[in-house]
Amino acid sequence: MPRPLTDLEKELVRLLQGDIPLVSRPFLPVAQKLGLSEAEVLEHIRRLQAEGIIRRFGAALRHREAGITANAMVVWQLPPGELKRAGEKLATFPEVTHCYQRQQRPEWPYNLYAVIHCRTREACAKLAARLAASIGHNNYRLIFSTAELKKESMKYFTLEDPECQ
Amino acid sequence: MDSLDRRLLNMIQEGFPLTEEPYAELGRRLGLAEKEVLERLAKLKEEGIIRRIGAVFDLRRLGYTSTLCAMKVPEGRLAEVAAVVNAFPGVTHNYLREDAYNMWFTLIGPCRRHLEKVMASIEARTGLPVLELPAESSYKIRVNFNLEEGSP
Repeated sequence: MPRPLTDLEKELVRLLQGDIPLVSRPFLPVAQKLGLSEAEVLEHIRRLQAEGIIRRFGAALRHREAGITANAMVVWQLPPGELKRAGEKLATFPEVTHCYQRQQRPEWPYNLYAVIHCRTREACAKLAARLAASIGHNNYRLIFSTAELKKESMKYFTLEDPECQ
Repeated sequence: MDSLDRRLLNMIQEGFPLTEEPYAELGRRLGLAEKEVLERLAKLKEEGIIRRIGAVFDLRRLGYTSTLCAMKVPEGRLAEVAAVVNAFPGVTHNYLREDAYNMWFTLIGPCRRHLEKVMASIEARTGLPVLELPAESSYKIRVNFNLEEGSP
């Protein structure tokens, strides 16, 4: 179980999950809202990053607009004993942005998933073949995405859900 | 986008300076004035290439939970069903994909019961089943893109 966050940390999450302004001192508004100095805010950010609560601080891009227009999900159905080795192998490819083991369903029996981003569909198809070869399982399914219907960053600690208390 | 923009984008995805004047620091690294860094970033934001600059959290470490959902949506109902699904703030990504399961979305919430409530509500409002594919292990989450020329 993760450790509970302090009220100050939750407030910091609320203030840093949006977009910091394009001004000389972008952390100043956050510091002022929390009654801290900018140095103290930066110290909190570094600590949360060291703890792994902040995975990354920086820019989130729209990859389609940046020219990386093709995106696909590659899925495999692997014997349980081979999942870890294969997942760790797939994770080493820079074009693989997400790699998960997921529960199998009768109507969807796949258990290993890699999301890949490339400049073209052809590049994605070639990459999928390379990924499959690297784990020694060529029975993959390549599912291209055709449209992005929503992409937003989660807003944490905004609504208290009574179901979860 | 020129090559300086690409270098700047690579730099701010991972190595965003945690200093009081981060844009001046980026300027020092790139040999640019702070003003030019700010102008370039403003343009990249306007063009929609930068979605935001801020913290990316590990949802589990914040006490949240997430799952992946897929639906088979008839072609003629895509817009209507997308509107229902996307209206939930916990739906952060939604993609159309080339498969019988053509709508794929991620769902984040403060607890398991919350996710179940949202999925049940989507099923009730659309009359379509939601296939849930929860993760059992995560091997990688790293949404950075190398934008330098010649990169894959």
